[in-house]
Amino acid sequence: MSILRRRSKVRNSSDFSEAEKDKDADESKKDKGKEKLNRKQDGGERRIKKWTCVDSCCWFIGFICSMWWFLLFLYNAMPASFPQYVTEAITGPLPDPPGVKLKKEGLTAKHPVVFVPGIVTGGLELWEGRQCADGLFRKRLWGGTFGEVYKRPLCWVEHMSLDNETGLDPPGIRVRPVSGLVAADYFAPGYFVWAVLIANLARIGYEEKTMYMAAYDWRISFQNTEVRDRTLSRIKSNIELMVATNGGRKVVVIPHSMGVLYFLHFMKWVEAPAPMGGGGGTNWCAEHIKAVMNIGGPFLGVPKAVSGFFSNEARDIAAASLDSICNKWAYAPGFLDKDVFGLQTLQHLMRMARTWDSTMSMIPKGGDTIWGGLDWSPEGVYNCGAKKPKNNNTHTKVPNGKGASSFMEGVNYGRIVSFGKDVAELHSSKIERVDFRDSVKGNNPVNKCDVWTEYQELGVGGIKAVVDYKVYTAGSILDLLHFVAPKLMKREGAHFSHGIADNLDDPKYTHYKYWSNPLETRLPNAPEMEIFSMYGVGIPTERAYVYKLTSTAECSIPFQIDTSANGGSENSCLKDGVFSVNGDETVPVLSAGFMCAKGWRGKTRFNPSGIRTYVREYNHAPPANLLEGRGTQSGAHVDMLGNFALIEDILRVAAGATGEELGGDQVHSDIFKWSKKINLQL
Amino acid sequence: MALIVRFRKLCFVEPVRFQSYESQKCEKKEEIVAPPTKNGLEINKKKTKRGPRELSCIDYCCWMIGYLCTIWWLLFFLYHCLPATLLGFQVPESPGTRLKREGLIAQHPVVLVPGFVTGGLELWEGKPCAEGLFRKRLWGGTFSEMFKRSLCWLDHLILHNETGLDPPGVRVRAVPGLAAADYFASGYFVWAVLIENLAKIGYEGKNLFMAAYDWRLSFQNTEIRDQALTRLKSKIELMYVTNGYKKVVVVPHSMGAIYFLHFLKWVELSPLMGGGSGPGWCSKHIKAIMNIGPTFLGSPKMVTSILTTEGKDVARFRAMLSGVLDSELLGIQTVEHVLRVSRTWDSTVSLLPKGGETIWGNLDWFPEEGQVCVCSKKRSLLTSTNDNSTDVKGGLQVKESNKYGRIVSFGKSASQLPSSELPSFDTKEFFGLHMDKNSGSSCGQVWTEYDVINRESIRKFAENKAFTAATVFDLLRFVAPKMMQRAESQFSHGIADNLDDPKYEHYIYWSNPLETRLPDAPDMEIYCLYGVGVPTERSYVLKISPADRCKSIPFRIDTSVDGEEGSCLKNGVYLVDGDESVPALSAGFMCAKGWKGRTRFNPFGSRTYIREYQHKPSSSLLEGRTTESGSHVDVLGNYAFIEDVLRVAAGATGAEIGGDRIHSDILKMSEKINLQL
Repeated sequence: MSILRRRSKVRNSSDFSEAEKDKDADESKKDKGKEKLNRKQDGGERRIKKWTCVDSCCWFIGFICSMWWFLLFLYNAMPASFPQYVTEAITGPLPDPPGVKLKKEGLTAKHPVVFVPGIVTGGLELWEGRQCADGLFRKRLWGGTFGEVYKRPLCWVEHMSLDNETGLDPPGIRVRPVSGLVAADYFAPGYFVWAVLIANLARIGYEEKTMYMAAYDWRISFQNTEVRDRTLSRIKSNIELMVATNGGRKVVVIPHSMGVLYFLHFMKWVEAPAPMGGGGGTNWCAEHIKAVMNIGGPFLGVPKAVSGFFSNEARDIAAASLDSICNKWAYAPGFLDKDVFGLQTLQHLMRMARTWDSTMSMIPKGGDTIWGGLDWSPEGVYNCGAKKPKNNNTHTKVPNGKGASSFMEGVNYGRIVSFGKDVAELHSSKIERVDFRDSVKGNNPVNKCDVWTEYQELGVGGIKAVVDYKVYTAGSILDLLHFVAPKLMKREGAHFSHGIADNLDDPKYTHYKYWSNPLETRLPNAPEMEIFSMYGVGIPTERAYVYKLTSTAECSIPFQIDTSANGGSENSCLKDGVFSVNGDETVPVLSAGFMCAKGWRGKTRFNPSGIRTYVREYNHAPPANLLEGRGTQSGAHVDMLGNFALIEDILRVAAGATGEELGGDQVHSDIFKWSKKINLQL
Repeated sequence: MALIVRFRKLCFVEPVRFQSYESQKCEKKEEIVAPPTKNGLEINKKKTKRGPRELSCIDYCCWMIGYLCTIWWLLFFLYHCLPATLLGFQVPESPGTRLKREGLIAQHPVVLVPGFVTGGLELWEGKPCAEGLFRKRLWGGTFSEMFKRSLCWLDHLILHNETGLDPPGVRVRAVPGLAAADYFASGYFVWAVLIENLAKIGYEGKNLFMAAYDWRLSFQNTEIRDQALTRLKSKIELMYVTNGYKKVVVVPHSMGAIYFLHFLKWVELSPLMGGGSGPGWCSKHIKAIMNIGPTFLGSPKMVTSILTTEGKDVARFRAMLSGVLDSELLGIQTVEHVLRVSRTWDSTVSLLPKGGETIWGNLDWFPEEGQVCVCSKKRSLLTSTNDNSTDVKGGLQVKESNKYGRIVSFGKSASQLPSSELPSFDTKEFFGLHMDKNSGSSCGQVWTEYDVINRESIRKFAENKAFTAATVFDLLRFVAPKMMQRAESQFSHGIADNLDDPKYEHYIYWSNPLETRLPDAPDMEIYCLYGVGVPTERSYVLKISPADRCKSIPFRIDTSVDGEEGSCLKNGVYLVDGDESVPALSAGFMCAKGWKGRTRFNPFGSRTYIREYQHKPSSSLLEGRTTESGSHVDVLGNYAFIEDVLRVAAGATGAEIGGDRIHSDILKMSEKINLQL
């Protein structure tokens, strides 16, 4: 009986499912018995008939799946050292990572270490969002896989943007920095930022209690991180805690990229009295900091920031990033070009990036004195092409090269933006310029664009005025930006300053907007402290741009880098509308090295207590093959954090060495020569 | 027979028929559409003609897999397309959203203190076998390493046998930040729900902090090795200052409650012993301590967990784990390996029952006397609907047979006999016996202390005896001498006679609420929040397993022992009301009596509140872990609990959220406990 019941039940259920699938079921049901018999008898033929395309597809998918699982299984079963073994078999034995090497030498963890990540590299996560960001609570919006960029791009842009007036959160949205070492160890899966350094520090005994990642929201202005998140207070408290729990040993601070400016700001903040500052007293830095090891610091800003604000593009927009300042995220090119955001990708990005106050800290500082005027620049003549032959050990080419003479003519690096290639090269006396500052902006009564980049308000007249001025130096760039983006610059004026102080005793310099500008602040009173400027050299870095007017149509960015402008020879510094100079691909040598090479060297008015400074340059050598990944000798802005020489230096200092013991300055570029040309009162 | 055959046919023929249907459909398509598919078909035919033999079972396997995969993806896709509301169940509004509408906003900074087992651990330095795991989670997350290289995994989680600190060459550290214990394993929330609701009323990184610590270490060792207490202090001070001088609300869970007790003492003592902040620190910085599922007086579960690794353990996932572990993952000696590792974790000892017979009852007496048992689900539902009167009979039965005071008894009879009939024993005479080294090292590399102990002496020691909360320590000292020796220099489990005795300045007493005073903080509020209505292990019937030498754990819970229907004895375990891990007595007594008003343990009269959360099991599997659960970990997702925390964090006092809310007999039980206050 039970069998019967079971059978009928099964039959019922199968009936049900069949009814869904097949309307001709009845007939075939009767034939089932037969069918089965048939199948047994002439199985082969029947199968052939039934093996149709769908079956093939299924078969194919099944095959792929099985293979995939099999490989996955193999991969998981593989011993962890296997890839390394393969790499070594191909490239020969790898050098020991510095951590292992130095551990053998007997180095152990001594001074606690503080990392200060730069712009873009820190992760941001969502704490409160709009409807469209449902389910993303405490998920990374920035960093990680960037999955949301693909899934809901507009929503993502909305959440990443800040309020246009205040530079803080828009109402109803809270995006906060990820905290802890995870904030910036990897930017995206597999793309390390601090991870290599952390791993090497761990080898000589560092762990969570002796390492601290001073993660902050890199979108907002430095002082606002304190106002909104209390980040500066947290950093202060954490440094104090680490010094206290490590037997009074001072910390070694390692800021990277914009973190350098952030930490400058911090050092001023911590000493300033309580309402505006941290109230730590004038000796706080002397008591808590052993060394500040700046990596790739844009002390004096980066010209890239200008093109970022002006047109949201840089030479490598094709190979570039959302924020044009930090480029080269390996996978970014694909998704930017493919119009994820619809037609107005660039505009959307520009709107977003323009709400980020922090980017304005990177606008070139020091004006014409530092960056050069119309006919003068500290770099003067720079041999752009020489780099590559040098690397290939073909020195002979350099002296007799025909190209050499052509670019030796000199590049007017001082003209950070010029309209038209010819203008970029003419002598200043021959250029006719019409001042744009007082010109009337054309008014566009209807703002049809759903994207707002302030260009709409500029109007045709304004745009023409901008073009007519033709050449902009570091000093006039600021005026230009004020002209094209008044709102943005209004916020800028409240948080940052880009000048040079005449008299540092002026009480106005106690205001926080000056704190991140090394030319308008004094270093703290900490004669024991050491400041390192460590950066990569040997990569062409953007220094000045040739622009062209594209269209005056609404809703688009009217200016564009003139990518057709190329230098005369292969070795010319002008390439695709961009004049490049020696640097680490993002920060020119001048910006990264000048303060340590001259501005702070010895006792100057910017460094009254005579803090010792060291310049350590790392020559760029691209990875020999693909297996090496991003190389262990890279000098590129971010990849440099995996440079073994750099890591070794940091480890030694963290284990107690001084700058002298490291070997003092290590210079490959012409930084001292260039610095000498800069006429800055010290 | 014929029926069976037809049944089989039905099953077999189906896929074939299905195929034919698919092919029909496909052919129709081909008529309309393109030649290329026809080509494909031809090629396919050619293929099949070339080798009809090749179309063997492998091809069918592939076909099946592909078919299943496709269906799976399709369903998956559909599932994701479906709006959540279509699935039928209404998602209740989360307390965060509701309270935000009421106008609550973040006021006091919140500190979360995770408990035993729930915090993640990551590797900082390891042996060669753990290559590539740098800063990967060993504990928490996916536990994938447990499967891949299980012995290596255990080697890294073990602590040093003598010091209770890291073994040489291995550094495993607590994961810091909120990520430490928001989810235990992927999808299994611990603090995540609470964090999300706190965020709704405005909490974020600057006013929310997870005091993650290495839960394997003894509490003082977390300070010695990681400076965890100093960091916690600094964090609390920082949050106090940066949030406009608002005191913090601390939410410790499970073992975190006694960890935080330890902290309270530590922080006020002189720099030589503690944090050196002086008295007044707590009253200055702490608004309320909202202990959730606290193990103030320990948990009987830990006893068997140390003896046998059995029992469902502190949290439910251990049960999940033990399922895996029993399946001989690590070879034959799975359980032994686990025992070996977990015995190096000092913190387990902090969870042993405290207060001895005064609190937990002796051979004949126990505080739960007269309590209606809530062992079966039916019963618990009945009690919750106030149908107690019908259960009187069952209750009486329970009363007759249970001897909760005997935390461990060997054999059912020993658990029920009147004490006069139990064989008496003198523990001291046995301590000479157990170092007979006749077992040698023949049992592989597993080293549990059982190897060293003569089996016979164990038998003699244990047979037919019952152990109370006090004497059970003798048993533990006997079977695990090294562990107890190490751990008892870290934790104490007694009751203080005279709290003025200078010896109580020592840190081993700080985490025992019966041997410390609360700090001088009259404005501070202490909450005991815990789930009730889940049967919780209270005492055990053990048996001595056959003396197989390499099956080296000599004890087993005697799962064959069952009481009559409705009894609290089930599978060798006596159950009592609680939250599945911690009996109500342990969680609630201090707030119900020990600290209530001004007592010698609470000389400054900090106010205490009890809030119990009646457990409601999920009505269907789909619901997952309900919002009204009372079990030990799931209670962190209980909406009533979350609401309480949110209200207090937004500034309410205990009286404002409704004072005591009691479902269990905790007050009655506490009354019976004769503790000098």
